Amino acid sequence: MDRKDLEAGLLQLILKAETEIPPDVIAALKQAFSVETGAAKVQLEGMLANVEMAKKKRCPMCQDTGILTFFVNVGTGFPAIGRLKQTIEHAVVRATLEIPLRPNTVDPMTSTNHGDNLGSYLPHILWDFEQGDAVHIMTLPKGSGSENMSALGMLSPITGLEGVKQFVVSTVKKAGGRPCPPIVVGVGIGGNADLVMNLGKRALLRPVGNRHVEKLIATLEEELLTMINKTGIGPMGLGGKVTALDVHVEVAHRHPASLPVGVVIQCWADRRASMIIHKDGSWEVK
Amino acid sequence: MEYYVTIPISSDVLKKLRVNDIIYVTGNIFTARDRAHAKMRGMKLKDLPFDPSPMALYHCGPLMKKENGRWTAVSAGPTTSSRMEEFEDILLDRFNIHLIIGKGGMGERTKKALKKTGSVYTAFPGGAGVLAAEKITNVSQVYWFEEFGMPEAVWILEVKEFGPLVVAMDSIGQSLYQRS
Repeated sequence: MDRKDLEAGLLQLILKAETEIPPDVIAALKQAFSVETGAAKVQLEGMLANVEMAKKKRCPMCQDTGILTFFVNVGTGFPAIGRLKQTIEHAVVRATLEIPLRPNTVDPMTSTNHGDNLGSYLPHILWDFEQGDAVHIMTLPKGSGSENMSALGMLSPITGLEGVKQFVVSTVKKAGGRPCPPIVVGVGIGGNADLVMNLGKRALLRPVGNRHVEKLIATLEEELLTMINKTGIGPMGLGGKVTALDVHVEVAHRHPASLPVGVVIQCWADRRASMIIHKDGSWEVK
Repeated sequence: MEYYVTIPISSDVLKKLRVNDIIYVTGNIFTARDRAHAKMRGMKLKDLPFDPSPMALYHCGPLMKKENGRWTAVSAGPTTSSRMEEFEDILLDRFNIHLIIGKGGMGERTKKALKKTGSVYTAFPGGAGVLAAEKITNVSQVYWFEEFGMPEAVWILEVKEFGPLVVAMDSIGQSLYQRS
């Protein structure tokens, strides 16, 4: 397997994620544009124009190209597992220079910018293993405007789902126009403090408009979406009907004494791209 | 109302602008976010390497590219303005700044300062980095690049019909960000 070829594939993955948003998001933004008026409509018009320009010019649609995060599902039969981490890191350095990306990795102790989007624990790679001999990678470049609005709630279990709903809606209200609405909201429920935040982020990997397969969870998603859109925050916080394009919920079983809730907010530029690497090293980016 | 104006905007026009108006601006703007704000708070005008007063203040950490010794903007949309709230009233007053471009809105302190200094806060569509970069005709200077790095440096930009900018906080104390 040629490392350079694999690196080129990962570069394609990052380029696609930074310069295009998936059709489900574009359709939802167009729908929002059709129902809004005034200042909110002007902002949506700018966003949609930007989406087209970024794709055409192959430039990152937002200057905040995020902290590079990769969700990697490795087939246990894949022959080059040992090379994946280093290849991803090389691709990040190349992407930073060649696309280019904004250097976003700052040493928290000295405040110096590393300059190449590498750093301690970064890029952030979340490994998972599955049967098979291929590797599936999803990347989710996410700016800090939305990431800064994330919230963890360690609720009292007795407050139940009502408590969960209140926590999610109050988190969105507090965020207001800051995370670049219309947002996509990822909600984790259950597990423990770190797992629930991870679930909130993983929830964002689902396409806009996609409902959870479990009916109870799907109903909660719809209820939350309605509640959030009733806040009137609107596009960029300027007031309007569409504050969120969608809400996705993922759940884990909880400890009897804990009800963790993790809210992860994604901006309207819900950038996602995925890739499959076959066992012979050939790849496809979607 | 929709206006095409040049920077610096005359005080007559500034006074006339109201929330929900749309403006497109031509002239010079400077970027400043968290670290530039913190640094400027501790400085006097005579110590600054540039004069902010004839320019608009843009909350932005751009993605820039250097080719053949010249910088160009690749993607340069606004950053979240609320992080600058603790500095802004001081900067507006001290450096005679009258137009802020950002996103997401600012708080009570800035609102009071806008009223006091006859200034406005405007919102560029968040995340629309390429749209913004298209309207930047020249990157004329960069300050504090070595010290702060690309996103936090102060970039002096020439812009043409930069917008759409929604007047979101005006000089008579109105704000579109009241509901949350």
